[in-house]
Amino acid sequence: MKIALNITKTIQDLLLGFMPEGTASILAMVIIALIYLAIFSVAGLMLVLVERKVAAWFQLRIGPNRVGPWGLLQTMADALKLVSKELTGTVKADMFLYNLAPYFVIVSSLMALAVFPFTQEFQAFDINIGIFFLIAISSIGVIGILLGGYASNNKFALIGAMRSGVQTISYELSVGLSLLTMILITGSLQLSEIVEVQKNGWLIVQGHIPAVIAFMIYMIAGTAETNRAPFDMVEAESELGAGFHTEYSGMKFAYFFLAEFINMFIIAAVAATVFFGGWLSPFGITDSIPWLGVFWFLGKTFALVFLMMWFRWTFPRLRVDQLLTLEWKYLLPLNLLNIVLMALIVWLGLTIQL
Amino acid sequence: MDTNSANSNLKSEDYFINMGPQHPATHGVLRLLLTIDGEIIKKVEPDLGYIHRSIEKMCERDSYQQIVHLTDRMDYLSSHINNEAVCLTVENALELEVPERVKVIRTIIGELTRIASHCLWWGVMGMDVGALTTYFYGFRDREMINDIFEETCGARLTMNYNIPGGLMFDIHPNFVKRTKDFVAHFKTKIPEYDKLLTNNVIFQKRMKGVGILSKEDAISFGASGPVARGSGYSCDVRKYHSYSALDKVTFNEALKSDGDSLARYEVRIQEMWESLSIIEQLIDNIPEGEHKIATNAVIKLPKGEFYQKVETARGELGVFIHSTGTKNPYRLKFRSPGFSNLSLLNHIAVGGKIGDLVASMATLDLVIPDIDR
Repeated sequence: MKIALNITKTIQDLLLGFMPEGTASILAMVIIALIYLAIFSVAGLMLVLVERKVAAWFQLRIGPNRVGPWGLLQTMADALKLVSKELTGTVKADMFLYNLAPYFVIVSSLMALAVFPFTQEFQAFDINIGIFFLIAISSIGVIGILLGGYASNNKFALIGAMRSGVQTISYELSVGLSLLTMILITGSLQLSEIVEVQKNGWLIVQGHIPAVIAFMIYMIAGTAETNRAPFDMVEAESELGAGFHTEYSGMKFAYFFLAEFINMFIIAAVAATVFFGGWLSPFGITDSIPWLGVFWFLGKTFALVFLMMWFRWTFPRLRVDQLLTLEWKYLLPLNLLNIVLMALIVWLGLTIQL
Repeated sequence: MDTNSANSNLKSEDYFINMGPQHPATHGVLRLLLTIDGEIIKKVEPDLGYIHRSIEKMCERDSYQQIVHLTDRMDYLSSHINNEAVCLTVENALELEVPERVKVIRTIIGELTRIASHCLWWGVMGMDVGALTTYFYGFRDREMINDIFEETCGARLTMNYNIPGGLMFDIHPNFVKRTKDFVAHFKTKIPEYDKLLTNNVIFQKRMKGVGILSKEDAISFGASGPVARGSGYSCDVRKYHSYSALDKVTFNEALKSDGDSLARYEVRIQEMWESLSIIEQLIDNIPEGEHKIATNAVIKLPKGEFYQKVETARGELGVFIHSTGTKNPYRLKFRSPGFSNLSLLNHIAVGGKIGDLVASMATLDLVIPDIDR
């Protein structure tokens, strides 16, 4: 069991030069946490801006263009506004759960971010059950949504929470199983290992037909996981007002909001890592400059993020029973068949090795 | 609840939700009292009156010229057609024959209004089923119509272009050209609408077989307009009681027999094509002549009861005037399409999901000030 703490280790080694080991490791952890918090907030704010710009393209609008050049500072201004806003709530809300809920959501997405190999070197924790960890952590988020809807003493929020429970639990299966399909090729759950295997060709190429099916299932289920259109049952603006976060304001709302965008990033990043080779460049064109990996990783991730935005701004919303029909009657059986197919292909050695 | 009888010692209550008066799906100040069982609608009870301005009572106070201006504020999306309804009633009562030019211009602008209203409905329809982009596409095309209106009569929404006896002004010199431009533009855009929303598989699934209204029910609920025609009930006032220049044009009444939300949707899309064809038939030969004929400064209708109905974008709008020979009506009653169409909401929504309710309600194309008046 090799647990490599890539950048954590680098920083720790650096600090060891002038302080005792205990202090150094604690300080290293703190520094890493701060770096990831910074990444988290910058990525969140940037994704909000990108979403607004992309939406504007789709909708014959210009989008934010007043604050800063091309509206680059718009989301900063929005964040400042949200920080300074009063926190309102309902009178008979269960205050403890009500206040706790946003933290579940934000912490789960923040923790998930920690295991991604941005490049070969830049990864906070390279745990050997990386994929499993991601799936497990991301399902904590739904607790926050359930609690938020349940505790805020609002009927619309309660319906939103109910839908969220139904939806996330269903689609978690598809996310897990479609990733499991790909694990059959790599034989490892460790994210760095998964990327390593793809030096012989991205997994979507190696696994060809079942991999493409798995990718499609993953993208559908992943979009549903993040509660975005066409699966935005949980918020369903025209049906439930704002769904589970109706009664949240200020920073508590911002936590839900940011977490949604970070979750989108995470879903896209997992897809980029597992299906499209993570930080590996296509045909190894920039292998000699390892730090360029971060651009490939982010490039692939953003292409997938764009795909998810494309879904959101063109598709109507499904109805809640259609959502469950899609999962339990179509995606899940297809997924199970796909795993068998992939197992056969791996067993017979029919994978494509470049 | 259904489980009530089985576990009689367990108490259960109905789950009520208040949808509205401030809710994104009710498009105005409609309040729906929903009784739901989980996601399933058990009862829908519309609660009206949030935007009641007693327009009918105010009409009894006003002169006939002034009444026209009040009708803008009922169904504001077909304001021109509302104005026309009152003007036609007054003109019929006075037995005034308005010039041909007036009739043709009224019809063209009426059909433009219908397209503008359907554009807005289409955008909002998409938004109600979760496709936010449609809103902007619908508004882009509606904007062109509004610009035409603005140039001709100065207003974009509440137009007041009709007066008893004709039109307030003559059309702007650019009117014909801009209308033609719009027709050419919009012909390329309706297929785009179909591509974006109509043919989307999710949309089809959401609409097909949802909110079914049979022809018999449509008739007995007094439904009119696209709602009734989606159920196969041929009731186009423009066909059966044609007014203004509508007898000079040929057009098909959009009819579907399925009675579900998709049928009502398709009827409206079809109506946009028909309106375009009506405009095309009239726009090239607007007769020369006066844009109004002189009426008395104080219009006094003869004693009696007068009724005129027109087809607004939402259905049949009837104007009933009881006159005692004075300068004000003794009683003026509007038969608004939205009110009857709303009355069948409970009928089509019960048993469906919350999402179905929103989608069905969008296909009824409700304008709340039209219902409340």
